[in-house]
Amino acid sequence: MSAGTPVVPSLAARTRPGSASLADRPVKIDVKDLNFYYGQKRALENISIQLRANVVSAFIGPSGCGKSTFLRTLNRMNDIIPGTRVDGTVLIDNVNIYDPKIDVVGLRRRVGMVFQKSNPFPKSIFDNVAYGLRINGMATSKAEVHERVEASLRAAALWDEVKDRLHDSALAISGGQQQRLCIARALAVKPKVLLMDEPASALDPIATQHIEELIYDLKKDYTIVIVTHNMQQAARVSDFTAFFWLGRLVEYDRTEKIFTAPAEKLTEDYVTGRFG
Amino acid sequence: MASASTALATPDVDAGIARRRTLDLVFQAVALLVLLAVLAALAALVYSILHDGLGRLSWDFLTSYTSRHASHAGIRPALAGSIFIIVLTAGIALPVGVAAAIYLEEYGTRSRMARLIELNIANLAAVPSIIYGLLGLGLFVRVLGFGGSILAGASTLALLVLPVVILSTREALRTVPMSLREGSYALGATKWQTIWYQVLPVALPGILTGLILALSRAIGETAPLITIGALTYVPFLPDSVWSPFTVLPIQIFNWVSRPQVEFAQNAAAAIIVLLALLLTMNATAIWLRDRFQKRRIS
Amino acid sequence: MKRFEFLIERALLLCALVSVATTVGIVGVLLFETVEFFTEVSIVEFLTGTEWTPLFANPKFGVWPLVLGTLLVSGIAMAVALPLGLLSAVYLSEYAPPPMRRVLKPVLEVLAGVPTVVYGYFALLFVTPLLQSLMPSLAGFNALSPGIVMGIMILPLVSSLAEDAMQSVPNSLREGAYALGATRMQTALTVVVPAAFSGITAAFILAVSRAVGETMIVAIAAGQQPRATIDPRVPIETMTAYIVQVSLGDTPAGTLEYRTIFAVGMLLFLGTFGLNLASTWVRERYREVY
Repeated sequence: MSAGTPVVPSLAARTRPGSASLADRPVKIDVKDLNFYYGQKRALENISIQLRANVVSAFIGPSGCGKSTFLRTLNRMNDIIPGTRVDGTVLIDNVNIYDPKIDVVGLRRRVGMVFQKSNPFPKSIFDNVAYGLRINGMATSKAEVHERVEASLRAAALWDEVKDRLHDSALAISGGQQQRLCIARALAVKPKVLLMDEPASALDPIATQHIEELIYDLKKDYTIVIVTHNMQQAARVSDFTAFFWLGRLVEYDRTEKIFTAPAEKLTEDYVTGRFG
Repeated sequence: MASASTALATPDVDAGIARRRTLDLVFQAVALLVLLAVLAALAALVYSILHDGLGRLSWDFLTSYTSRHASHAGIRPALAGSIFIIVLTAGIALPVGVAAAIYLEEYGTRSRMARLIELNIANLAAVPSIIYGLLGLGLFVRVLGFGGSILAGASTLALLVLPVVILSTREALRTVPMSLREGSYALGATKWQTIWYQVLPVALPGILTGLILALSRAIGETAPLITIGALTYVPFLPDSVWSPFTVLPIQIFNWVSRPQVEFAQNAAAAIIVLLALLLTMNATAIWLRDRFQKRRIS
Repeated sequence: MKRFEFLIERALLLCALVSVATTVGIVGVLLFETVEFFTEVSIVEFLTGTEWTPLFANPKFGVWPLVLGTLLVSGIAMAVALPLGLLSAVYLSEYAPPPMRRVLKPVLEVLAGVPTVVYGYFALLFVTPLLQSLMPSLAGFNALSPGIVMGIMILPLVSSLAEDAMQSVPNSLREGAYALGATRMQTALTVVVPAAFSGITAAFILAVSRAVGETMIVAIAAGQQPRATIDPRVPIETMTAYIVQVSLGDTPAGTLEYRTIFAVGMLLFLGTFGLNLASTWVRERYREVY
């Protein structure tokens, strides 16, 4: 099977959490005994978790609980911070991404990331989406670049809003549009996994709704992991939810279960708003 | 099995990664080499001067007057001239520069006049020093009738370093906490009393650091002083602000311009003295800044 | 008491106005002597003539050879300072580990603080002989050696201003590029440098201005022969070196020769002033809002 084409999902993928098919999905990301250190300080302790393909997994927890740090270990984004260290394994499609033979540049192309604050490059809308194609040498002709840019902007539900001004600066569009542009930029290089670090935290409610609908649509083609501090958002968009506290994974289950009948007292206190 | 381990790898794209990686390494190596080459140039400069000049350096060299014979020539008048002119430059630039900075920082904030002055200072900072020389020649030497004196030279250099003094003084004033000013006003002090008794003493080390760094630029200046007519041959020590004078950089220039290798050695020896003076000034500035920072932390 | 406070404020304002007076003084002095100069020499001859021999019995006042000499040396200096300064800045900003940066930056500042007369010595007595051993046709005075040394002198200015511009590019843009699979070089060259474009361009323009106004290196090592050439191996003379040459002689005030240095100075002032304005304009006009 060509790795470039995503698995065609069944219609069941569009069903809400609770569908029996969810638990049958193959494991996409398999994390075993992961520890993460900033210098001497251990920021993540013995995290083990299995994230399934073509579902949305949400990471929740109070600020500083390690959820964003953990997300960044999944595409080795923390490598660029000096003085950090990881042990344990992260298997994506059964390949350990911390294996010394793995090329981090290639990994990051396959594991896309969208950041908390939208970060379009100070270039045109078109050049932003085409950036990843160009640096990775993924498109051989101009026509192909155009085609991929359009497809990515459509997938990010932005095409109709910007198709007449593709060559305007990306900094000229609204914050919500900028964030969808960053999603389109990430989709253009055909990742398998999409990591989203509080993608809607800087947006107004309407722009947030756009992003959430987009996440829902994207999961048929991508495995999505989203970090959010907003519990309603986690409940709305995700199939599975993981609750982090003080660098530990406290509980991980179907979203429905986490919000209605959590197994841990700590989780219950958090989702009912007793702390955090 | 094979498909599992290659699932992360898309061959069409990964073929390029090794090449991009290599390119990245080559680029990094080239950039580092460039930096090292620049450092090598600095080392070559220091080496050539020490090599040529160290043998000529002696007490006699420091205390002798210039001479037609390279081996008898010394830098006494040039060294005295440099020190004299730097002290006088400081005496002019410090009060004027500090006063201007106080006005811009404490009084004229945001007025149109202040904005105009700021713009003007920014532009002056980038005017070539030889243009200041022409100003000094036209204004101080001719119109005001100072002649080619130490006063004309110091006035010219003072105007040259004024933008730097003003900018660094403003930075120093900005670090003085607002609460100090408010405390003083609350006791009934006027604006000037507050500035004179509270703000200036706290900002003083920062101001002096900036002044010394500005003067370390002035002490190496050659072109503006040649333009105002500083002499190249001075057989006496300057005794007043009206004296004709020479300075170390001009003496160096004069010796470099002669074809005999002995004079080049004199130039190198004089450069060592000039660089030593500069190093001392910079070290003083750094020492002052460190002391200043320590006091602010405690 | 109130009156005293008022007087103080006026005195402070007066000192602040010294800087404005300096600008007025520069323009005034240059303008006065230049106008006098042009009553005797045609402005067309000055700007278009290709021979500069004001000290000869039959003087010619075509400033072109001085301008060309200035451009030649500045061009060589920029060929050294701009690419190497930018590469150094990229290395310092994007590659160097923090301890290395802490060491390298002050060393570069030392390079910028060395008096120009010392660089003149270095150019004439170290670099020229070195180049002559590689290139026997090189004259003892030439444009090449002072050009290269001037480039080394200006490099720290380029590198430090360009690095400042790159440092102000937010990290989120770098992360965005890394997350798409860019290497460090690709991130630096396709995201950071373009994002810092206005600051880097402003630094380049300022560097040109510095080169054009630099005096002692060329006065010492380039010779004093106004010559309309682009051959970097032969002696030439720059505008600044000419002013020094005349100042060293005993030229009485009020003569035509004396006035030539103000006319040349005016040209130099207008050129550098224009470049400084352009630098500020680029920085303000194209400032990136991230």
